[in-house]
This record gives sequence, C-alpha cells and structure tokens, in this order.
Amino acid sequence: MADLKTTFLGIASPNPFWLASAPPTDKAYNVNRAFEAGWGGAVWKTLGEDPHIVNVSGPRYSALHSNDRRVIGFNNIELITDRPLKTNLDELRQVKKDWPDRALIASVMLPMNEQSWAKYIPMIEDTGVDGFELNFGCPHGMSERGMGAAVGQVPEYIQMATEWAKAAASVPVIVKLTPNITNILPPARAAQDGGADAVSLINTINSIMRVDYDSLTMYPTTDGLGTHGGYCGEAVKPIALNMVAEIARTRETAKLPISGIGGITDWRDAVDFLALGASNVQVCTAAMVYGFKIIDDLVDGLSNFLDDKAIRLDQLIGKAVPSVTDWQHLNLNYVEKAVIDQDLCIQCGRCHVVCEDTSHQAITDTVNGERRFEVIDDECVGCNLCVSVCPVDGCISMQQLTAGIDPRTGAEITAEKLQWTEHPNNPMRKTETS
Amino acid sequence: MSSDDRIRAGRLARSEIDENFADLHPPLSRSEALIEADRCYFCYDAPCTTACPTGIDIPAFIQKIRSDNIRGSAHTILRENIMGGMCARVCPTEILCEEACVRNTHEEKPVEIGLLQRYATDPILETGTQLFERAPSSGKKVAVVGGGPAGLSCAHRLSMLGHDIVIFNRDAKAGGLNEYGIAAYKTVNDFAQKEIDYILAIGGIELKNASPLAAEDGLAMLCKKFDAVFVGIGLADSNELGIDGEDLDGVENAIEYIATLRQAEDKSTLPVGRNVVVIGGGMTAIDVAVQSKRLGAENVHMVYRRGPEQMSASVFEQALAQTSGVRIHYHASPRRIVGNGHVTAVEFAEGLKLDADIVFKAIGQKLNADGYGALEQETGRIKVDGHHRTSMPGVWAGGDCVAGGEDLTVSAVQHGKIAAIDIDRALRKN
Repeated sequence: MADLKTTFLGIASPNPFWLASAPPTDKAYNVNRAFEAGWGGAVWKTLGEDPHIVNVSGPRYSALHSNDRRVIGFNNIELITDRPLKTNLDELRQVKKDWPDRALIASVMLPMNEQSWAKYIPMIEDTGVDGFELNFGCPHGMSERGMGAAVGQVPEYIQMATEWAKAAASVPVIVKLTPNITNILPPARAAQDGGADAVSLINTINSIMRVDYDSLTMYPTTDGLGTHGGYCGEAVKPIALNMVAEIARTRETAKLPISGIGGITDWRDAVDFLALGASNVQVCTAAMVYGFKIIDDLVDGLSNFLDDKAIRLDQLIGKAVPSVTDWQHLNLNYVEKAVIDQDLCIQCGRCHVVCEDTSHQAITDTVNGERRFEVIDDECVGCNLCVSVCPVDGCISMQQLTAGIDPRTGAEITAEKLQWTEHPNNPMRKTETS
Repeated sequence: MSSDDRIRAGRLARSEIDENFADLHPPLSRSEALIEADRCYFCYDAPCTTACPTGIDIPAFIQKIRSDNIRGSAHTILRENIMGGMCARVCPTEILCEEACVRNTHEEKPVEIGLLQRYATDPILETGTQLFERAPSSGKKVAVVGGGPAGLSCAHRLSMLGHDIVIFNRDAKAGGLNEYGIAAYKTVNDFAQKEIDYILAIGGIELKNASPLAAEDGLAMLCKKFDAVFVGIGLADSNELGIDGEDLDGVENAIEYIATLRQAEDKSTLPVGRNVVVIGGGMTAIDVAVQSKRLGAENVHMVYRRGPEQMSASVFEQALAQTSGVRIHYHASPRRIVGNGHVTAVEFAEGLKLDADIVFKAIGQKLNADGYGALEQETGRIKVDGHHRTSMPGVWAGGDCVAGGEDLTVSAVQHGKIAAIDIDRALRKN
C-alpha cells in the first residue's frame, strides 16, 4: 500500500482527503463519524460572528439526477453555521483533542472590517485548530450581506481580508475561492499578495436547478419563492480542474499550494486534481450523497493506483501540469484519425449519425450494402466526437498519422511542429524579421 | 376408469388457478421503466425498428419514456401500430425487436422493448386518451370482413383517413385471436376488449358482431354496396392429422379449447384431463400445453415431429413450457390414436406411446375459403400484392388469411395498415 500521509502547509493528515466546509462538518457528531470512517481531515463548517445566522426550514438542497436517480449535480442554499459560536468552539477544541492526528481547519466568514478579524481569529485559534480557511466563495445568502462570494469576486477585498486574517492568525491561512468570476488568476494572485499560505477551490457555482412542471415556479421554493443556490457535485469537476490547472501553470501563482475541491467522488477524481496541481483534496457532495464510507474507495483506490504506477503521492502532485497550455501552442501539424474496431462495434450507429448531423460526415453507415460503420479518412478531422459518444469502451480510438499524406488536407505528415503563433494563416504570426 | 374421472374440472383451487393465470410479464413500475429506458442507445437507423413488422420508431418512443412524455411515447407507438398494447404483450419480441437490439452484442441482454411499450401504452388505454383524429369525411364507405387484428387495424386507419367503415365480424366479440386465441396469462383483465373499445372510440367504425358473411354471394354484395372491401378472415379451419382414432372422444382442436378457456368466467370450472397430449410445435401448441398444466393436468406432453430449431414456437416459448412442467418430445410423429370410444393413448411412429385422456391437435390452421372462391389463392391462402390488393378489383386482404404472412398479431396489424393506406389512395383517385 502506497503511503498516503500528507503534509499540507505543515499540517499532517493520514491521507490527502479532507471533508470540505459544509453540512458534513457542521458539528462534532458528524466530524467524529467522519474521522472514525477514516477521513484525513475536516474543514469545520464556516463560523461567523455572534449572534449566529439562521437557515431556512424548507428545502436547502436539490439534485440533478440521471434516470436511475444517480446524483450528477447538487445545489444548496444552506448558509454558514446556524449554531452559537461558543458551541462550535467547544466542539472544535474537543474534536482536536480526540483526533490529534487529523487535520482540523476552521472555516471563517467575517464582515469586511479589521476589528472583526482581530477579535474572532485568535478566539477560534485558541481551540487548537491547525489552520483557517477563509470562505470567500459561498455564492448565496451571505454574499447578499457583503461576505462570501461578494468578497471573492473583488480581488482587492480578498487581499485586504487575507491580510487581516494573517495579522491575527499564527496558524496557516487558506483562502477559498469562488468560481463565479471570469478569470481565476486575479483572485488567486490577490490571495497570494495578501499573504495566504494556500488557496482552496472551487466553491459552488451560482445555480437554479429547474422549474416545477406543475406549478411553473422555480424548484425548490420556500413558501413559493426560491433563490439561486450553489452548484456542486460531479458535474462541476471539469470547471474546477481548469481553475486549479490555471493557477498551477501560471508562473506568478505556480508556487501557491492548492487544496482541490469540486465534484470529487471516487479516487480517479482525486488523481485528476492532484495531477493538475492540487496538493490535497476536499470532498463534500459525494459524502452527502453516499455517506462517509466512500473514503474507503478514495484511500484504497488512490493507494492502488500509486502502487500500479510505482510513484509516490508527492510525485503525482502537479504531474500533468506541464501538459496544460494555451491553444496557440498546440501543434497544428499533428494529425489523428478515428479508428473503429469492427470486432467490438455493436452497430448502434451513433458515431455515424452524430458525425453526419453535427460534424464532418466522416463515418459510413453502409459498406457494400451492409450496415457497417467505418471512418472515412478523407473527411475525418480527428475531433474525438465518435469516441465520446460510442457506448462501447475502447471500440473507437484515435490513432496518430506518423507518415505519408493526410488524405483530408493533402498535406504531408511531418514531425516538425507548427503552432498558431507561427502559422502562415495567422496575420499576427511571429516572424524572424518582426 | 370412466372418462368422467379422467377429465374433470377443479383439479386446482380457484385461488391457485388465478395465480397460475396471472400476468406472465407484470408491468414495469415507473422506476423500472426509467432505468430500462436508460439502457436504450438511441441507435441510428435502429435495428429494432427494422425488425418490427409495423416499423415502430422504438428508440423514439423509449426516449420519450425517459423524459416522462408518456403521451408522446404512446403516440409514436400507436401511430404505426394501433394494437401496440396487445403487441407489447403477445409479440415474440425475442425473435423481433429484442433479437435485433444491439445490446445483445454488447452484453447479451436486450432492452426490454416489449415491457417498455406496455409501460407507454397502458396509461393511454386506461384513461381512453384519444391520440388520433379523423380527417374530414371522404363520403366513402369501406366494408371490413373479420374483426381480428387485421380488420381492426385497417378500420382504424381508414377512419383516420376520413372514411366510414362497417366491420362484419363472425364471432360474438371482436378481436379474433386476441380475444379467442393466445394464452390467457398473456393478456389479462379483458385487455383485448379494452383495446377494441379504444380503437372504436375514434368514431366512424360500425362493428357488427355475430355477422358472418353469407357464403353464397356475400362478397359480391359487399362489393356492390361499399366503395372497397377488406378481407381479414383469418384461418377458420384446423388441420387434420389424418390418422386412425382422430374421431375418438377426447381428441380436440387446441384452438377451440383455448377459445373456451379465454371466455370462461371461472377457469376452475373447465374440465381438464389428467394426462394431456398436445400434438404440434407452434404457439398454439405451447399455449394449450401450458394452460392445461396451469389448470391442473398432471402430465402434459407436447409432441413435435421435428427438432427444437424447426419449431415455430420461439426458444422463450419452449422454455416457458418446460419450466411450467410440460414435457416436450421432439422428432416423434403420431401414428395412431387409441381408445374405446374415448381416447386412452397416442402411439408414435418412433415407438413412443403416451397415455392420454385428452389429445389436443395444434398442427396449424387453414383457410376456409367458402364464399371467397373469386379470390385467387397461393399456397392455400389468399394471394395479395405488396399493397394487399387481391386478384379482385376493389378487394384487399390481410392477416393470417393471406399468403406470405408470419401469422402474428403484429403482422396482421401491418397488413391492415398497408391495405388501408392503399384503399385510401384508390378511393381518392376515383
């Protein structure tokens, strides 16, 4: 078994899987159960000022389901903790005492004034927590009050509040970023400039799940009215991965440690985040959908994967980052064609119809009068659509042309790379004289 | 031992019989249907649709189940096959749509198309939701002879196209084999009549039950009084074995016994033999064998002169018989039926001898052409062209009575539909 022990900002945990600040970490009862199940750490549900806020007593959650009601996406309108600060502090102190080997982080959300941070941060740190996570991401409710995502959407506010937190804290400070922005880099840079020890991302995405088809109101509602929530779960992972990778591959932010969050459900999702630059990961929705037991597959699967690859966890972190670049640096001389394995093909014809209707008319439906699906190399642009829609794993693959002529373009295959930056069709191309 | 002891009713308690004759394939719940619908790959030029004699766009109706668009799903089915509800129950899907399903190649388990079709159509028939409208009246009148699947399908399509129809049906109830044939556990709760009610509710169709066509000049009269005639009279006569002892008491045509069984209010009142021998290898043979067993017959033997591959009953049907306790003997030809007034045994050429209180003949049906002599025949059935036109101008035919069919409800429905479309074309030309 590969060793999954992780040290993030000097905070040790037996594995890189923390529970994210959310309903699963609302109180000692839940966190104790999580630690018993084997979770490496927990970010305690966000603490705020006293008096505590209140939550609605109607629906807080709703889900995007597959037909067999597997939860693909998840939405919530729950706010930060709705329990008295003292209760939370007492429980934090006890949990840290009972579980000294687990990471315990306090998520905090405070108004934009320095006094609040100076007052509450030391009070919370006194419980023995290993670090703080500043909630600049929550997109519903609290953002209307100038906190959460309302801070995370303004880099200057991020920097300011981070500085206040850092001035009051002696343990590491993680800044949790909102994805409800156009570019993740300015918020990440602001956190870094404010002295953040790390960033965590993503928080949830503004969302309305659907309408109620009977009442034709949004769904769900509280007494007839609804409000946008925060979207999470498997469906958001690709959005999160891009933001993590952007921070990891940009020179100014590349050294900023990242705690990856967003739709992690099984160990492969964790591999995605780690390879794209996260040093550990946080999970919420999968636990809310299946319970804490999923930690078993997360730990076991990741460990087996590392064994199979014969690499250490720290070698996995950031491994895929160099493979992420700008479009303009892709090699335009590189050619792939789809190849259909006729022995595996079940003749559903989906590759044909999607290529015919929506792409490049590059797959037959009939060959010599027989139902048969073959790639027409003269038309195939290598787009990967057929691979994406084929219901049979491994039936269609993309294969590189390494020599000869691309029958579609008539161009000779060459090992020489050609980026858009140098492409003759690019009026802005870099030339030797310019 | 008198024959009365050997053949008697009430071998099983009524509750047991009710259980034995419950729905063979219980309907899918909504969750089951949604999960099953998710298994459909939405194939291009779908092989299942090609395999369906009525050409139902199966991926389309399944897609609509997935989106809870049940009315749309039922419309997709019924617009091609107005008896989509019955076909969902009685079609041998394992040799039609489900055999063609690409999931067979993938995992040897096709999408349960038949059950999904039932899921989509049941609510529409239960609520009587009309999905079809009649075109403006053409003023034309069409006679349909035979109230079975072919005739009803033809009549419904003609009504949609704006014509008025009179159905002349021989039996007391319409439905043909849907009502009088087919094993009871395949179509419970009087479904055949409910489906007919739905079909007739479109309007423009007058159903005359117990109205057999006069053998003398019936067809000629219809041709005079109507603008077109559709003949869907099925196969009224049973084939004979042509061996000694065939006229003994206790030797019966399977199809007649099934008709009695289907019409029985209380199946525990039906007389059943202790030892039953069924001769034949088709659906009717299976249906009578299984139903005899389920009524409480102790020993049911089904004897077929060729091997399992040649049986017209599908592998599924054969398995159903065997798991119901029917013993199937292959490669055995009956030589003689033995008895003294009443049958006691059947002897086969291969040396097999089986005790029998009842012998059911299920060796196929044939055309009773009385009154239809004017229509040219082919292989013992009425000859039709691709549009289901007979040799006589103004007369179309379809269902089991025509040559070249598959003797399935679904084929009969298609025949009626094709004929109706051609009749409409012909009537609008005049």
